[in-house]
Amino acid sequence: MLKSKHFFLLPALLTLAAIILFPLIFTVRVSFSSWDVYQAGLDYIGGRNYARLMEDTRFWESLFRLSGMSFITVTLQYVLGFALALAVWKDMAGGRFFRILFLVPMMTTPVVMSVIWRTVFHESLGPANDILSMVGIGPVPWLSSAAGAFISVVIVEVWQWTPFMFLLLLAGLVSLPREPYLAAAIDGASPARTFWQVTFPLMAPISIGAIIIRLIEASKIMDTVYVMTSGGPGTATETPSYYIYIRGLREFQVGYSAALSLAYLVLMIIILTIIAKLLMRFLVGKDD
Amino acid sequence: MGRTYNIIKYLCLLAWATFVVFPFLWALSTSFKDANAVTSGARYIPWLEFEPSVEGWTSLFASGSRGINIVTPFMNSASVTLLASIVSLGLGTLAAYGLSRFSYKAGFIKNSDITFFFISQRIMPPIVLAIPFFLMLKEIQALDTIFGLVIVYVALLLPIAVWVMTDFFASIPKELDEMAMIDGCTPIGAFFRVVLPNSTAGLVVAGMFCLIFGWNDFFFAFILTFTETQLLPVAIVSLNSSVTPWWSLSAFALISVTPLALIAIVVERFMSRGSLAGAFR
Repeated sequence: MLKSKHFFLLPALLTLAAIILFPLIFTVRVSFSSWDVYQAGLDYIGGRNYARLMEDTRFWESLFRLSGMSFITVTLQYVLGFALALAVWKDMAGGRFFRILFLVPMMTTPVVMSVIWRTVFHESLGPANDILSMVGIGPVPWLSSAAGAFISVVIVEVWQWTPFMFLLLLAGLVSLPREPYLAAAIDGASPARTFWQVTFPLMAPISIGAIIIRLIEASKIMDTVYVMTSGGPGTATETPSYYIYIRGLREFQVGYSAALSLAYLVLMIIILTIIAKLLMRFLVGKDD
Repeated sequence: MGRTYNIIKYLCLLAWATFVVFPFLWALSTSFKDANAVTSGARYIPWLEFEPSVEGWTSLFASGSRGINIVTPFMNSASVTLLASIVSLGLGTLAAYGLSRFSYKAGFIKNSDITFFFISQRIMPPIVLAIPFFLMLKEIQALDTIFGLVIVYVALLLPIAVWVMTDFFASIPKELDEMAMIDGCTPIGAFFRVVLPNSTAGLVVAGMFCLIFGWNDFFFAFILTFTETQLLPVAIVSLNSSVTPWWSLSAFALISVTPLALIAIVVERFMSRGSLAGAFR
């Protein structure tokens, strides 16, 4: 018995540990060194990289920007994804067509679609401004102004990942029990009341799961930003991943970027844990 | 009331559907343009608004300086994604079965901690691992090779496979394997002869997610390959940063997203049958 149960678990566990643990330990060690483009090597400089990080306003600004961006995109994705899932939940004409179509964006490669979106948002040759000009809205500087670039990234993220919310929430709706709805119908509850009193509470656990997964993925955002705006104009759309990429892989400040990435990882884990706990408390009304 | 509600509902659905298909239609239209049609402002309908040209599509398969090679990156992407998905699905399924049927203990570490270790890897931002991966692959001379990328992608996909399969096995009654063991199967035999053949739904869902996340990754392929083993997303981005021939770019994009977009049909089927619900608790 002992042998066969390890036959199942150990191959995967050892593989993952072998691939992940070395890089992680290595990053911790490098973050205490001054490894850069002039001098590669593992010297020891104590916590100097971490001290520098505390005063690096560009890093902290990118974190705040990421928080705002994640909050806006995930909220939009959740609301839109839930609305769409509710709309096609019950049998209806064309339901299958809409369900398939609404899933497609999450299957497409983010960088590839970002390349297309970049042409859509092109200020003089793209259709975004062309369509807006038909309703009399003047050319919007989509990618060359701070606000425009931020909104463009948000639009692309909502386009790409609302389908993920839609998928999880619809899968949840399909498997809901029928009895509470019968009870609500017997009581003569209005559709709005049925939603808030029955559907929404029953969907709370899966909602929390979906929101957390999306927040985790949103916190890593890098591909879209890299292709659409390269963090610009200036640093208007720079996220921590992209900033660390510049420090580490463009400027080869390997030691400093290791410190940055560990700080980023730890902050993400803390913040996401707090958000998960808060969501649990508000939506389910219990701790943990 | 029901009628107006229905009209509004369909209008909203159509609006969202338009938003969803818009970039694809725009890319399709652009892929048949030439330099002239692109630089004269936004045009949409071929023949009516511009004279269509197939140069965007032929350039992808042409050889020589004007040609952009799409076949090699396509095959590279397919090999890396398939190999990494198969390895992850194999290892992940075994681990998930183990975690759902046996109890493991090492000091204070229990099953739930091991499951968490697997799944928590999704939190790791790729940038944290990029530089160490680079040095590690350089050490074993696997930079810019399919083998090197498969190693890295297994780390990326294994957590997904474990996550989906753990929940799937939790929904399969234990009596199934107990019956097999009463009939004289070893635990390993029971798994391969009885449990696995009944796990198609879970395997398909987990496999699809592995394919999606493998095929769509850009960052690691971008960092860990140069010219020998270019994958599709990297190839298109390098095309983007050069002169940007929009017509080739659009044709390239459409070819690289179509295989996975078709997976949506399979996903929808599983979702409607309720087979996905167990996988996301």
